[in-house]
Order: sequence, then C-alpha cells, then structure tokens
Amino acid sequence: MRRLPLALWVGGALTLLFFGLAALSVVWTPFDVTKLIVSSRLKPPGAPYLFGTDHFGRDVFSMVMVGARTSIMVAVVAVAIGMTVGVPLGLWAAARRGGWLDEAIMRLNDLIFAFPSLLLAILITATFGPGAVNAIIAIGIFNIPVFARLTRAGALPLWTRDFVLAARVSGKGAGRISAEHILPNLSSLLIVQGTIQFSLAILAEAGLSYVGLGAQPPIPSWGRMLNEAQTMIYVAPWFAIFPGIAIVLTVLGLNLLGDGLRDLTDPKLRRAR
Amino acid sequence: MTLLSIRDLSVSIHGAPVLHRVSFDIEPGEVVGVVGESGSGKSMTALSVMRLLPRGAAATGQVLLDGEDLSARTEPGMCALRGDRLGMVFQEPMTALNPLRSIGAQVAEVIARHRPGVDADRLAAEALARAGLPAAQFPLTRHPHDLSGGQRQRVVIAMATALRPRLVIADEPTTALDVTTQARILDLLRGLAAEDGAGLMMITHDLAVVAGIADRVVIMKDGAVVETGETATLFRRMRHPYTRALFAASTHRPARHGRAPGAEVAALDAVVREHPLPRRSLWGARPSFRAVDRVSLAVRSGENVGLVGESGCGKSTLARALLALEPLQGGAVRIMGRDFAAPGAPVIRRDVQAVFQDPYGSFNPRWRVADLVAEPFHLMRPRPTPRDARRKVEEMLEAVGLSAGDATRFPHEFSGGQRQRIAIARALITAPKLVVLDEAVSALDVSVRARILDLLADLSDRLDVSYLFVSHDLHVVRAITDRVLVMQAGEIVEEGATETLFSDPRHPYTKALLAATPDLEAALIAREAAQTAPGA
Repeated sequence: MRRLPLALWVGGALTLLFFGLAALSVVWTPFDVTKLIVSSRLKPPGAPYLFGTDHFGRDVFSMVMVGARTSIMVAVVAVAIGMTVGVPLGLWAAARRGGWLDEAIMRLNDLIFAFPSLLLAILITATFGPGAVNAIIAIGIFNIPVFARLTRAGALPLWTRDFVLAARVSGKGAGRISAEHILPNLSSLLIVQGTIQFSLAILAEAGLSYVGLGAQPPIPSWGRMLNEAQTMIYVAPWFAIFPGIAIVLTVLGLNLLGDGLRDLTDPKLRRAR
Repeated sequence: MTLLSIRDLSVSIHGAPVLHRVSFDIEPGEVVGVVGESGSGKSMTALSVMRLLPRGAAATGQVLLDGEDLSARTEPGMCALRGDRLGMVFQEPMTALNPLRSIGAQVAEVIARHRPGVDADRLAAEALARAGLPAAQFPLTRHPHDLSGGQRQRVVIAMATALRPRLVIADEPTTALDVTTQARILDLLRGLAAEDGAGLMMITHDLAVVAGIADRVVIMKDGAVVETGETATLFRRMRHPYTRALFAASTHRPARHGRAPGAEVAALDAVVREHPLPRRSLWGARPSFRAVDRVSLAVRSGENVGLVGESGCGKSTLARALLALEPLQGGAVRIMGRDFAAPGAPVIRRDVQAVFQDPYGSFNPRWRVADLVAEPFHLMRPRPTPRDARRKVEEMLEAVGLSAGDATRFPHEFSGGQRQRIAIARALITAPKLVVLDEAVSALDVSVRARILDLLADLSDRLDVSYLFVSHDLHVVRAITDRVLVMQAGEIVEEGATETLFSDPRHPYTKALLAATPDLEAALIAREAAQTAPGA
C-alpha cells in the first residue's frame, strides 16, 4: 500500500476528533450547558471542569462540544446549499459555453461575489431576524458562485475531450452528458473544494455568531463564546482561549484534509512524488 | 575523432530498466537516425546524452563527447555544455517556446548564457536568418503566437544551432508538422548540420523520413539497439527480424476484397461551416472564418472514401459537420437519403458513427469497457435489454480482436492499439452504414497501425460498412480507400479514384502534397544512386 501523505493523517484526525465531539454531545456532555450554576462561576480549568467555567457557571468544555455541533451543522448545510445549486449551474453554463445563458449565469455569480458576505448576512438577519438558519442561508448563498465557477472551469476542458464527442455521436444530449461524463470526472475536484469551503463556512459561522448574527442563546456557539469572553479576557482567559483553539484546530484540520485529498486524487502530483 | 560515442549505456527509472547496454557512435558531419516505436527508449537515449533524465533515473555506462566522458561532469558543467556544444530540437513547437517572450529574446538568451559580452541580438538575428526567418520579414520582436507551427520549429532550431553546436539532437522534430512543412524543416536541419560539420541525431518513428535524411540508422526496440548500419545497406539487408517487421509494417497495405459500390449512404450538399471571429467594432456584423466552403461529397455503400489535407484545411470540421456535431451555415447533410441537419434525429444517427484520433482521450476513464462499447445503444429504439446488450458487446469485442472477458475491465488497462480496437467496437455496435475515422490511426505505432488497418479493411468487407477516412497521412489513405478527396483551405480541390489520383495528380496542391510525402522506397533508390555515382 502507498504511504498516505502526512497532511491527510493530521487533517483527518483533527476533523474526526471534532466530528466525534459533536456527535457525542448529542447524547452526553459532562455538564448541562443550559443549567446556570452561579456558585461555580469563573472556575479555572481543572477537575471537574476540564476547560473551566464561564460567568454563569457553565462548563466551557461542554459548551465547546455543543458549539462544534452548531458549527458543523451550519457548515454542512451551507456547503450542501452551495453544491446543490452551484454545481448544476456550473454544469449548465459549461454545456451552453459561449452562449447568452452561460454569460447570464456567470455574471450573476460575479454579482454575488461582489457583495461583502457580512453585509448580506446583516441584510438577511435584519429582514428575518437572527438565528442559525439565517446564518446557514447567508453562508450557503456565498458558496454558490464558488462551486459554479469551479464546476464550469473544470467542465470546459472535459467538453472538448473525445469521449464527450463519442457520447454526442451516440445521440446523448447535453444534460445526460453532463450527468454521465462530466460530473463523475469532476468529483475529486469538488470533494477537495468542498472540504476547503467547509472550513471557510465554519470560520464564517464563527464570525457571524461573534457579531450576534448567528445562533442565538441558549444554543452555544464558538463565535458567541468568544464575544462573551472578550470582556472577561483578563479575569477568565480560558473562556476565550478554548473556543479559539477549537476554531483554529478545526479549520486547520479541514484545510490539511483538503490539501491531502488533492494530493491523493491529482494524478499529476501523484507522479511527481 | 568520433564526435559522440555512447558505450554500454543502461538507464533505469525507479528500478525499472528502460535502456539496456545501448552503444552507437556519431561522427562529425554525420546524420544518424534513431528509429523505434513508442517505449523503445529512443527519447531516453537522447535525454541521457543531454543528462536531462527524469527524477529517479539512474544511468550507467559512458557518453563520450569529443572523447570526454560527460558522466564525469557536474550539473553546472552540463549546463555550460547544453545549448553551446549540444543543441536539442523538440517535437512540439507549440510548447517548446515561452509564449510571453519574443523570438529574438529567446534565441539571444542562449547566446548570452554561453558567450557573455558578445552582441547577442546580432547573433540571434543571424541564427534566425540561417533557420529561414530573416529579420526583414520576421523581426526579432515577434512572439511565438504570431508564427505558424513550421516557423516556430524554425525558431527552436535557431536556438539549438545558434552557437554552432558539435551535436544537434532532434527528437521527432517534424511529427507535429504538415508534410510540406516537414520536407522544408528536414532540409533545413540537414543543411545546418552539414554547414557546421556538426553531428545530427535524428530521432523518429518514421522509416521514410529516416531513409531520406540519415547516413546511418540505429534501430531500437524495448530499450536496446537491435541493428545499426549504413542506411541503404541496412534496409536492403535487414538482418534482424524486428527491422524486417518494422519495414513491412511501414509499407503495409491490407488485403481488400473490392465490393460493388451501391446506393448512396451519406452525402454533403454545398455545406458551409463558419466560425465566428472576435468582434472588430461594437457595431456592424461579427466577422467570421469560413472553415468549409460549399463542399459537396457523397459516400456510397461498399466504398471507402479518403479525405486528405494539411492541418487547418477544414477536414476535421467537415467530418464533424457530417456527424451533425456542429451547426451548419449552409447546405445539407443527408444520411441514407434523410436530412440530418435537424438535431435530435437518433434514428438516422445510429447509421453514422465515428472513431477519433486519441486512443487515450476517447474513453471516460471511470467507465468499464462494456458500458463504453454499449453507449451508442442509446440510439436504438427499442433499447436492447441488458442481457442482449451484453451479448452484443462481447460479440463485437471478439470481432475486433479482443476477448469477451475484456468487457469488465477499465480503459487504462489497455494499450493504445487495444483502445483503438475498443473505439472501433463502439463505432460498429449499432451496425452503422458509415463510420467516420478522424485520424484514427495517426497516434499509433507503425506495427500497431498495420494491424488496425487490417482489422478495418476486414470489418468493412464483412459488415458492409463504408468509411470516411480523414487523415493527413497519404500512405494510410492510399492503403484503405477507393476514392480520395483532397481538401485545401475549406474547398475540395481534387477528387478521384485512389490509385489514379496518387499516380496521376492533376491539381498543383495534390502534386505538392505527394512530392513532399517521404517515400521509403524512393529515398533508398536515391541513396543507392548517389553511392554508385562517380565522385560521390
């Protein structure tokens, strides 16, 4: 068996760790994160509070676990929105390459790209009120042009390949060719980009929660924990440090995983190794 | 003194042997042709001399240039040699030049690297003029995209010969070029080598080219030299069986049983195909380039028709128009008497199928052979049941010389020739009346090509299918067609029965094409005549 790249190992392990914590938090957390125990507020890390407690006496470790669940949920749905809308748009644009439809789709993408994501998130929150669902929608919309562009760019050279010509000679239409020939040959590209977008979505969710536009109390979220912790940074630094570390390690892990997957699936890089 | 002497050169890459005890010499002023099929190690030999082997390669043996063992040189020592005493010309002129730098700068770069302090621009202009690009018509400030393929190859040659190297290595320098261009580039290479008294190592797969240019020939197979000798003597005696096989394959003509031409299968009627060009101004009509200009042709059942011409003449565009893959700007395509221009005509489409050039790009790498070959069943009404489809696929695989068990394998498990057999199976599975073969054998080695041509000839007789054989290779077209059309700049300039047209061409363009095509037998006769002539 070939040796897997180190990036893939480290990235995979970190990603698994956070998915595992998030999954575990559904059935068990060391302490109930909705229960406020004022007597044990602002306890430093140590038994029985692994990461210490916050100003309401909640266990920070439990909050990081549940916060991972929030982040992962938001990121999964947002990337899924980006993929399910963006990939077909990209395939459609590539199938009509050079035509007015291609132009229309791609210029619409440019338009979305031109908006600062935070501005749109504020717009959505202002209209529909803050909440995890609206954060998902805002982040999801910004994933659409990323996947649409990538899919189109990957599909264009495939459309000139002889096997696509052969499929056309077999009487297959653009839709069927896109589904049978183009999309399967883009899968590795999309998986890698999906991982990268996943990490960006986690960052975006943390950012939106930090400014109060993401998940609302009492649901814990990494971004909001940072927000609440910043006023107490000298009194209870652990309250800021642990969610910060969680964000850094998750994003780093996903990026390493994405890089590792790319190295593994790109035949050009594989040969160079 | 011997200019280049390769002694017992063995090379392995990551432990896999690619060259085995290769030995041959090149004298000053001598042209040595290194001939072999893909994987024979001819390019590896050239790269070993230049010490440009890929990473992971280990070489043993000696490469002596003017008596000096190059393996003793360090990498900076080799850099001082490359471009100065060793020049190299590559196959693909499109990628051998940096698209962002002017041709003068690219040639001057070589000169300035080795002769600091000289007027590099003046010498670059001289080198380009020597290569047939005089500064008056081709200023040094031109960029590669302004030039044709042949002109770009002249720039590459100017770079390789600017410092009058002792040895020029040309690796398939004309394979990517048209025949008329090829003839001129070969003349240029030979002329420059003779002028400078340099040795020329000419690597090629084409025996006719090598017979025309080389004084001595080295034949390679599977990383080893099988035979070497003076050109005419070697091809007349042919001691080694592989040399004989190679010779037979390059002059091979498949056995064909004539069939009586019957009803018209496909016809093009004054077909026009235009490509839009970029807008010149915001107003006014968009200019367009007419790739196919009112071309009419007909293919009848029982006959194979060839379509020849140089690159850019519109022959591939015409083939695609016939397959209704591109919209027409005028005229009509009829298949079996029915109009084919209307899109979504699956019933007609199954009567015309195609085989494309690239055996590696013709298949979706994620599909199995059974699904690939069965793809045209999409056109059948009603669709065959999976069991029927599978049975037909297996029959067809056996008909093209593969086995039924190959159906479950993936395309990357097959060689180039086998893949082209799979492509032929796919094209024939719907029992079409016409198959368009667009350069279908051009990417194959000569021995593989000979077998594929046999297969095609046999299938056309057995299955009563006609071919439209699109190719730039006149030998191949002559071997397999009954009638030929010659295309130039979007128009058919001459048409006639294959043998008549080849023996008695009428149009000047056809004559030029035929004259430029290297011919093995003619080259050998000329070589022998030169040897026996007094004073030669």
